[in-house]
Amino acid sequence: MIALGQFLEVLIGGLMSGVLYSLVALGFVLIFKASGVFNYAQGAMVLLAGLALVRALDLLVANGLPLWVAVILAIGFAAVIMAATAWLIERFVIGPLVNQDGLTLFMSTIGVTFVIEGAAEMIFGSDVYPLRLFPTDAWFLFEGLFPGGILVNKLDVWGALIAGVLVAGLAVFFQRTKTGRALRAVADDHLAAHSIGIPISWIWFVVWLVAGLVALVAATVWGTKLGVQFSITFLALKALPVLIIGGLTSIPGAIVGGLIVGAGEKLAEVYLGPSIGGGIEYWFAYVLALAVLLLRPQGLFGERIIERV
Amino acid sequence: MRAPNANEILLQVEGVALAFGGVKALRDVSFNVKKGEIRAIIGPNGAGKTSMLNVVNGFYHPNHGAITFKGSTRSKMQPFEAARGGIARTFQNVALFKGMSALDNIMAGRTLKVRRGLLWQLLRYGPALAEEIEHRRKVEEIIDFLEIETIRKVPVGRLPYGLQKRVELGRALAMEPDLLLLDEPMAGMNLEEKEDMSRFIIDVNNHYGTTIALIEHDMAVVMDLSDRVAVLDHGVKIADGTPDEVKRSQAVIDAYLGVAH
Repeated sequence: MIALGQFLEVLIGGLMSGVLYSLVALGFVLIFKASGVFNYAQGAMVLLAGLALVRALDLLVANGLPLWVAVILAIGFAAVIMAATAWLIERFVIGPLVNQDGLTLFMSTIGVTFVIEGAAEMIFGSDVYPLRLFPTDAWFLFEGLFPGGILVNKLDVWGALIAGVLVAGLAVFFQRTKTGRALRAVADDHLAAHSIGIPISWIWFVVWLVAGLVALVAATVWGTKLGVQFSITFLALKALPVLIIGGLTSIPGAIVGGLIVGAGEKLAEVYLGPSIGGGIEYWFAYVLALAVLLLRPQGLFGERIIERV
Repeated sequence: MRAPNANEILLQVEGVALAFGGVKALRDVSFNVKKGEIRAIIGPNGAGKTSMLNVVNGFYHPNHGAITFKGSTRSKMQPFEAARGGIARTFQNVALFKGMSALDNIMAGRTLKVRRGLLWQLLRYGPALAEEIEHRRKVEEIIDFLEIETIRKVPVGRLPYGLQKRVELGRALAMEPDLLLLDEPMAGMNLEEKEDMSRFIIDVNNHYGTTIALIEHDMAVVMDLSDRVAVLDHGVKIADGTPDEVKRSQAVIDAYLGVAH
């Protein structure tokens, strides 16, 4: 019973932290689906959103506002910052590069990464700022069934709930609304989208805005977990294997990929660690991604890549 | 509707010139399209036909000249503004949203007609839902009209070329355009598909009264279909008139068959 209890605890903990990877991966998928751009700056956007949120929150609380008012205002402020970022990126980076090669656009997003990271730290500071939006203590479940129960972190549960709501909302947005349809249309064919009256610059603004808001959501959860700090940008690296496993174009893929990576690395650490040495967590996801690349290059949920010659 | 209203000019192209670096794609081209007619622009490969269409639709901005559509004149316009003004088009090489179903592609053509905002649509409630149903009804009508009922849920990337062209026509029709531009609607089709497409073009013109301007290099098809034909060669208009007049023009015969030097 101890073995099963421990297994479940590791599995649940892994799945929950996987959800957090999914939140970051989602931002990548959104932009890639809608514009074919691999947005390297997604990690930097999480940092920017987090910094804007936490600094505004601290300032408002210090000025004596009740916590819930301060939280709402700070989230609003961070959302405005993300909207401004989306507008600037569309106006000065992606817009002028319309119809350029995917690699060119990818390189431009690397540039955007440095600008965002630099600007965010210059404006909002570069310390580690603790964020307390969600409870971080733990529940112990099934204490009668397993000795000591199963430890579940409340923050992880919040993260999972938020991710669920986010994905449901995005699904409705993409499938059921005119703007969602327009986004998919632009992703498929720029010229044709133009010809039926879709203004591309507006659509790209919307895409980057949505990705920015997803980054904000990711920042609330990650910021509570780790504190808002520069190392959040490295989340982007953890999202890469998630994307490869789930498929670059699939929202469900980003979620399932995140769950697989999260659960896989925790289970591997606990059960393989003793025999092959620790630190598996750090490389497990990449090895898994390599295996997926060999067997199914488009990812588990990606669109099959068919090139007609 | 087949008899064009002789007086009302829908589109007037006046002295349009377009150059790509040193290549002069169009030189001082003028012509008009009258309301309700089927107007063809023909010419050998490289004559500037597609460039002309791209100028009308706003993809290219002419270096000189003006375009008057529904009484308002402009020289620069973005494609989505042209679409808002009531100009729809198809493409020579089929530009569909390949990952989306035939139905979604045609629904995408309704984008400009959707009035309710994003929030209403997210809720899928009340007026937004009623509006969505109304658009869907309109789209189903077009699907019936083009006889593509059986493929409405198929991702268009999997459809054969002839059907893709038909879906693309459907998407343009969904915009309920005042002017429909067709870029080589018969290109790459076999005889049977060409006949089908000709029938649909004539039906669209009869049934919806849509004014159509089409580009073709296949002379035979165009002569049966159109009310008036303009002929381009090397960016210059060399003939304009009814199919019979154009057929007899020595300049056209020279352009198509070559001339002894």
